[in-house]
Amino acid sequence: MPTATAPKVELARNAAGKQVPVEVNGHQQTPYLGVGQYEPTGRKAAPLIRSNKNYPENGDKRVPDLETALRLCGLRDGMTISNHHHLRDGDVIALQSLQAAAKMGVHDLMWFPSASFPSQKPVIDLMEAGVVHHIEGSMNGPLGDYCSQGKMRGYGVLRSHGGRWQAIQDGEVHVDIAIIAAPTADPFGNATGSLGKSACGSLGFALADSMYADRVIVVTDNLVPFPCIPWQIQGNNVDYVVEVPSIGDPSKIVSGTTQITRSPDRLLIAKYVAEFLRVTGIMRDGFSFQAGAGGIALAFVDYLRAMMKEAGVKARFVRGGSTKYLVELLNEGLTDYILDGQTFDLDGVRSLATNPRHVASSPFTSYNYHGKGNFASMIDAVVLGATEVDVNFNGNVVTHSDGRLLHGIGGWQNCLFSGCTILAIPSFRDRIPVIVDEVTTITGPGELIDVVVTERGIAINPLRQDLIDATKGSKLPIRPIQDVQKEVFALCGGPPQKPSVTDRPVAVVKWVDGTVLDTVWQLA
Amino acid sequence: MGTGALARPAAATLRVEEAEMSTTIAELAATYSAGRSGKDVRSDQKATFTPRTSGGIEIELASRVASYYGDSIRAQAVEVLKQMGVVDAHLKIEDEGALPFVISARIEAAVRRAWGGKGKRVLPERTAKQPSSQRDRLRRSRLYLPGAEPKYFVSAALHGPDAIILDLEDSVHPSEKDASRILVRNALRCVDFGSCERMVRINQLPLGLADLEEVIPEHPDLILLPKTETAEQVVEVARKIAEVKRLNAMSGPIWLMPILESALGIENAFAIAKADESVVALTIGLEDYTADLGVVKTLEGSESLYARTRLVNAAKAAGIQAIDSVFGDVGDMAGLRAWGERSRAMGFEGMGCIHPGQIAVIHDAYAPTQPEIDKALKIVAAYEDAQQKGLGVVSLGSKMIDPPVVNRALKLVARARAMNLVKE
Repeated sequence: MPTATAPKVELARNAAGKQVPVEVNGHQQTPYLGVGQYEPTGRKAAPLIRSNKNYPENGDKRVPDLETALRLCGLRDGMTISNHHHLRDGDVIALQSLQAAAKMGVHDLMWFPSASFPSQKPVIDLMEAGVVHHIEGSMNGPLGDYCSQGKMRGYGVLRSHGGRWQAIQDGEVHVDIAIIAAPTADPFGNATGSLGKSACGSLGFALADSMYADRVIVVTDNLVPFPCIPWQIQGNNVDYVVEVPSIGDPSKIVSGTTQITRSPDRLLIAKYVAEFLRVTGIMRDGFSFQAGAGGIALAFVDYLRAMMKEAGVKARFVRGGSTKYLVELLNEGLTDYILDGQTFDLDGVRSLATNPRHVASSPFTSYNYHGKGNFASMIDAVVLGATEVDVNFNGNVVTHSDGRLLHGIGGWQNCLFSGCTILAIPSFRDRIPVIVDEVTTITGPGELIDVVVTERGIAINPLRQDLIDATKGSKLPIRPIQDVQKEVFALCGGPPQKPSVTDRPVAVVKWVDGTVLDTVWQLA
Repeated sequence: MGTGALARPAAATLRVEEAEMSTTIAELAATYSAGRSGKDVRSDQKATFTPRTSGGIEIELASRVASYYGDSIRAQAVEVLKQMGVVDAHLKIEDEGALPFVISARIEAAVRRAWGGKGKRVLPERTAKQPSSQRDRLRRSRLYLPGAEPKYFVSAALHGPDAIILDLEDSVHPSEKDASRILVRNALRCVDFGSCERMVRINQLPLGLADLEEVIPEHPDLILLPKTETAEQVVEVARKIAEVKRLNAMSGPIWLMPILESALGIENAFAIAKADESVVALTIGLEDYTADLGVVKTLEGSESLYARTRLVNAAKAAGIQAIDSVFGDVGDMAGLRAWGERSRAMGFEGMGCIHPGQIAVIHDAYAPTQPEIDKALKIVAAYEDAQQKGLGVVSLGSKMIDPPVVNRALKLVARARAMNLVKE
């Protein structure tokens, strides 16, 4: 075990009061300075200049298989390989890419997925075999446990969707070879996620890699003659195209239909959130909101829809993860547009493919913090989840309360910049209180989290006096966050035991500007 | 009880599992379990108690919240065993995130099963408020909570029913009656049911008498008597409640709501309503009633029209509330609303609900309409005006208002006020 012999890690205390490593995977880091405090300098990264003379004039970039493509891309030890999660747990291409690399005898790769999924558990074997050195990307399930136990050679680096774009754009991560699984593509490399038997909707997560990686491989199971319309990925950025029988298991790519929660308590939470938007006047003609595919978020959309109809108001735009419920809003004229980051169910996929008002967005347009603005901050309200929130409204989505890595950040951090950020969460799960004194791992600073809605009451951040005033006289159960916490502690038999962790970092959580917000420690 | 004597369970309903040869004592040890565990189980636990003659207390714990509450669960388990006087035993706990009042109930139930139902009660600290309820309070909705399913208890009040029912009868399997009784008792001590009236549905007599012994000391507001057919049954329950109250030096009323679920019960409705002064409402169980008649229960309910009107009449004759049955299709909110509106028109003042989603619809259905309220308010104002002027006749515009109309308006306004429907 590396624990015994590992040199003492140099740590610095950041503006969130957290001890964070000053060097991560060989790169110097800036500790988190506070919201909006870090000023980036310099120019964006750029891929190498290429010439048409090295590409076929007829535009046919096909090669027989993934291994050939990787060899032609010059795959060698220590490179950074990227994959994407638009096929979610149904993806087979990420694993095939790394396994092909293993077959070629390559070692010490950095794997840079936009997110990992349980079906990618065999990556553990590739880390054990030395093919993969470490992962920078979300890790949950078996991969999360592997990292939490300190078995990975490098640090895990957890970034938001916007933070991943920022890291690539700012040159913090240089992708050597990007492998993009495409539900439909042409021989030139134009690709779309909207069509084909493995249709998944938006390919936005792969867009940065297609623009900034040295080499780009498109893998598809639905090759169409040029042109592939619409091209979410531009063939002009693509080096090679590989045709395979299947890029994934359609049943795990999108759900047939996403399900509203059936839990009475969670339905109550959803109802409170919708009611909160109505009472505060956030729900008004021309407003905008974002809600994901979680059970509570879906139920919230359903309640809000009824309220919008009753009040005769419609939204200018809504942001997904799109689902049947957002599509229904669009089709009923209750929103002018869906700006879609990823597509969760078949209704969403069909709508994106056919309705011009259902538009695919990317982490650049939606989430990137090092740009000239983004959509997430223009949203009036966003409904998010969290594993924990503390009495100072800081949120955690990456670790369990016992310190184990739980899941990735997704767009969560980026969404905190909306006009009204609402965490819609049960007050406890399996006896584990959700409102804690201090979050196990800070993923979002409390100053950006405005409202915590639980089944036992709604806590408004004292920084948002405007929201507190707007709810005065309403029937909503507005309570101080400490009050709700106290009730739940009484219910659960006191606060839980503290997590048992060592002083050895296993992963870091990046803030949206690339600074280091917190550290995930090896479990004891 | 450190003698190691293994009392065989007296009641046939107790679950006994064949045990393997103990490694520490060379005799056949039996194990006794209570509660549930498994992947799909939430907020419960299975406690398996194995008495032995030596070796002290050994706790074996598997819990999905072990890293958060493992120490707490062990400490609580030791404490419960100690309070029950257990010196030597193996206790296996398979925990699915049970809250402390559940943990205590499950361990107590397992030990009592080992001791043939006997054994000291372990009463967790009483943290729940004990509001007393009024005879004629609003009883529009009563939310059924299966007495064997602790996961629904702690959030029930958040959904705003007028009452919750901790059910020991039909929702509890016969083999789980003893354990559920203990669980419900602990819930009455520890769970904050807010402003809900706290009801318990006991089993039919004589099993219901054992329920009363366990729960009455926790002062529920109201006891539901299932399948009541005669006034004598009500009297027997009232007598038992009085006895337990006397033993525990308790004061304050505990109301009764008999459930009529048979042709005979309906025939005796008035006598049942008048059987004891603590009876505050009559209600009807339509599944059993239609089964008794041998007819099919329909959505519009013509087969039970006679029984329901008869019940309303008997209740009103006795000066108590008439409460309707439940509506079984939790997905059909339009059907529920229609049922509730018809029910209100017949004279019922509320009904049961089996899902929190039904509560708001029921409250709406039993609420007087705005035109009704407005008209009643005008009549009441005219009545008060006449009273002030010392007039015997109440008139509104050119119309004279009869006393029964005034009476109805007064009742309606009082009810609307209780539902916060009158803008003052």
